[in-house]
Amino acid sequence: MSKLRRTVDKIKPHFQKGGKFEKLHSTFDAFETMLFVSNHTTKSGAHIRDAMDMKRTMLVVIIALVPSLLFGIYNTGHQHFLAMGENPEFWPAVWYGLLKVLPIIIVSYVVGLAIEFTFAQIRGHEVNEGFLVSGFLIPLIMPADVPLWMVAVATAFAVIIGKEVFGGTGMNILNPALTARAFLFFAYPAWMSGDKVWIGGMVDGQTLDAFSGATPLAQAAAGNTGFSLGNGAGIDTMDMIIGNIPGSIGETSKIAILIGAAILIITRVGSLRIMLSMLAGGISMGLILNAFAVNPFMEIPWWEHLLIGSFLFGMVFMATDPVTASQTAKGKVIYGFLVGFLAILIRVLNPAYPEGTMLAILLMNVFAPLIDHYVVQGNIKKRMKRLKTT
Amino acid sequence: MGKPIKVRRGLNIPLKGDAEKQIIDVSPGKLYALKPTDFHGIRPKVVAKPDTAVKVGTSVYYDKFHPEVQFCSPVSGIVKEIVRGEKRKLLEIIIESDGKQEPETYEISDYQKSESVDIIKTLLQTGFWPMISQRPYGVIADPETKPDFVFVSTFDSAPLAPDFNFILENMQEELEGGMKVLYKITGKEINLGLNAKVENALFENLPHTIINRFEGPHPAGNVGTQINAIRPINKGEICWTVNIQNLAMIGRLFLTKQINFSRTIALTGSESAQTGYVKVLPGQSAKEILNSRLSQDNVRVISGNPLTGKQIDKDGYLSFQENQICVIPEGDYYELFGWLMPGFKKFSFSRAYFSWLMPGKKYRLDTNYHGGERAYVLTGEYEKVCPLDIYPQQLIKACMIKDIDKMEQLGIYEVIEEDMALCEFVCTSKTEVQSVLRESLDMLRKEMS
Repeated sequence: MSKLRRTVDKIKPHFQKGGKFEKLHSTFDAFETMLFVSNHTTKSGAHIRDAMDMKRTMLVVIIALVPSLLFGIYNTGHQHFLAMGENPEFWPAVWYGLLKVLPIIIVSYVVGLAIEFTFAQIRGHEVNEGFLVSGFLIPLIMPADVPLWMVAVATAFAVIIGKEVFGGTGMNILNPALTARAFLFFAYPAWMSGDKVWIGGMVDGQTLDAFSGATPLAQAAAGNTGFSLGNGAGIDTMDMIIGNIPGSIGETSKIAILIGAAILIITRVGSLRIMLSMLAGGISMGLILNAFAVNPFMEIPWWEHLLIGSFLFGMVFMATDPVTASQTAKGKVIYGFLVGFLAILIRVLNPAYPEGTMLAILLMNVFAPLIDHYVVQGNIKKRMKRLKTT
Repeated sequence: MGKPIKVRRGLNIPLKGDAEKQIIDVSPGKLYALKPTDFHGIRPKVVAKPDTAVKVGTSVYYDKFHPEVQFCSPVSGIVKEIVRGEKRKLLEIIIESDGKQEPETYEISDYQKSESVDIIKTLLQTGFWPMISQRPYGVIADPETKPDFVFVSTFDSAPLAPDFNFILENMQEELEGGMKVLYKITGKEINLGLNAKVENALFENLPHTIINRFEGPHPAGNVGTQINAIRPINKGEICWTVNIQNLAMIGRLFLTKQINFSRTIALTGSESAQTGYVKVLPGQSAKEILNSRLSQDNVRVISGNPLTGKQIDKDGYLSFQENQICVIPEGDYYELFGWLMPGFKKFSFSRAYFSWLMPGKKYRLDTNYHGGERAYVLTGEYEKVCPLDIYPQQLIKACMIKDIDKMEQLGIYEVIEEDMALCEFVCTSKTEVQSVLRESLDMLRKEMS
């Protein structure tokens, strides 16, 4: 270790002020702090500090996402072979999935980090760790058959327009990963909402002609609530919980998502408040729709809404993004509830965009500061009142 | 006896090195320093000249804004040096003690009979006045105004805090005297905060008090927490606070009619081979106290507690009114992949390191930042450790952009640095909460005067 440290110390002066590569200071700093937690000591204020920092926070979220990724890789292959009319075996499925998913991850990280580093360099800031999570989330909410160039364009759009123009990590209004997804959804609607893109190889016609790759959500939107796979086999509740159904790469397995949720809650990195209130919001809307049901989609039992589409994934990993969610405790409850409520409302009543979760979260991202404003205003009013009465 | 007030939000940082309940004898040492930097918002003007003799209680410098507020020598001896920093900022006035402790012969008024003006005059003259603080802003109380209310906390909940029940064991009379003095000069009953979890025979029957009991994690013992729970400070109101040991010292001044600055402080911290309590004078050199009691060399010496204290050199001087001196390891080392490691030895309020599986464990925390400064990303962290009815993160943001209206609306008058020290500790983005707040408090005080 000390040898590595010596090497770093030796090249460090080149990147500091007056050095040959002064312009690459941020880049050097990013790599140095990734290798070593810096030796900076407290100068003012509290002499001791919590061991938690941004890198650790992001690491925890990534670890929480790993189960979803692993299942997503397997399921991508699984769905592919099903659509080929073959009986999927485990290892070939994993191998196929790996070949499909890994390039998406690489593209997302390379494009996003390149932009992040460039902006940090221009601003003379340290590189923020925020994109480590966004870059991981983007592949997980992509359909398996999305072309890589689309991933690249969407990532660039999300990082530049969604984040950097507002000032970078911590300043953005919209969740960057969802911005990427929304960009694709509205820029290439034919691709992103068809029945083919969900299954690897389907767009290229590698699969059986008669096979439909419609997700349970798309089937429900079409009024068909007895969900089935493309080969006619039924999808039961257990399938939706385990996740061997078509859908975006990381969203299908509810078990994997709940493992991630547990990690976020135990480490106190994710907000339990937002998760629970969003759950409550979703269930409430589900119950209301059930009560006034006039079509098959509205008749879907309230609990089934939690299993189809990306409701759960959005709840655990997207709505809880601390930067774009409400910041006050009360605000989080209101925000979460409305996200859940609107997600199911949009899903069921707006036939054009069945993916309500994405739109609901983005919409509430915009309203989150407003919610906070009123919550904080409550505290201010209390103070004013106290001033008047004394 | 009312129900104790439960402080629900907060954090006890489990540090190694609590003070053992024993008195350690230390030699008094030769050098003492008065540090104007111990106080906020004063402009010091030195009256003592180098190489002149001073007695205990001789004025050494005063505040230009309030010339009646004197800062006096704790020892008799000779003024040795006046240390100035950048822009001739007055840092230290060093006095060499002659060991005789000869006091000035002021006429100390009888606190039972004299008017409050005379008592105040005595306090000002003897250099005891700066022991009384004022909120908002956390500055020395203005002798010309009367406070709207007065708060005293009888316990300290900060990490490695001293136990006042031990320090003030034999000072019941002095406490009573101090309380009567404070009542006389303020004309207000004193709100006394007691620790609901311990025996409080010493404090329970003090005169002129309204007793409130508190239980819960730090900052339950902070007077700011207690004020906020009982009677939050509104704009335009003034609250005086006195540290409980200072109060006993004030009582002693009037009972014995002798100027005596000696106080008992705790020697704490993981790098202190021997912990306990020492009798010291303010401004005393830390050299004799730490002498041969350090377990290693690369340490940080703090006059005060690890959250709010001031860093001093190993042979530096104690602050005027801190109740502990604490020694913790410096954190000036690189740690390979520190953020990736399981972290059994790292303490965190979150549970992102595996150390959370070992409750009750005590830690040897160092001064490393454990990360770089970032924009705010996480939210709700501050709220979890700040029991005050304010929105700490929003307040700090208002301070950062210097928006005075917002600061007032969000309750800046109710806090000083120590109330938000825990926020700084837990901050994932490593924001310098205390200095941001202090800057705004100073700015606000200037604007309002």
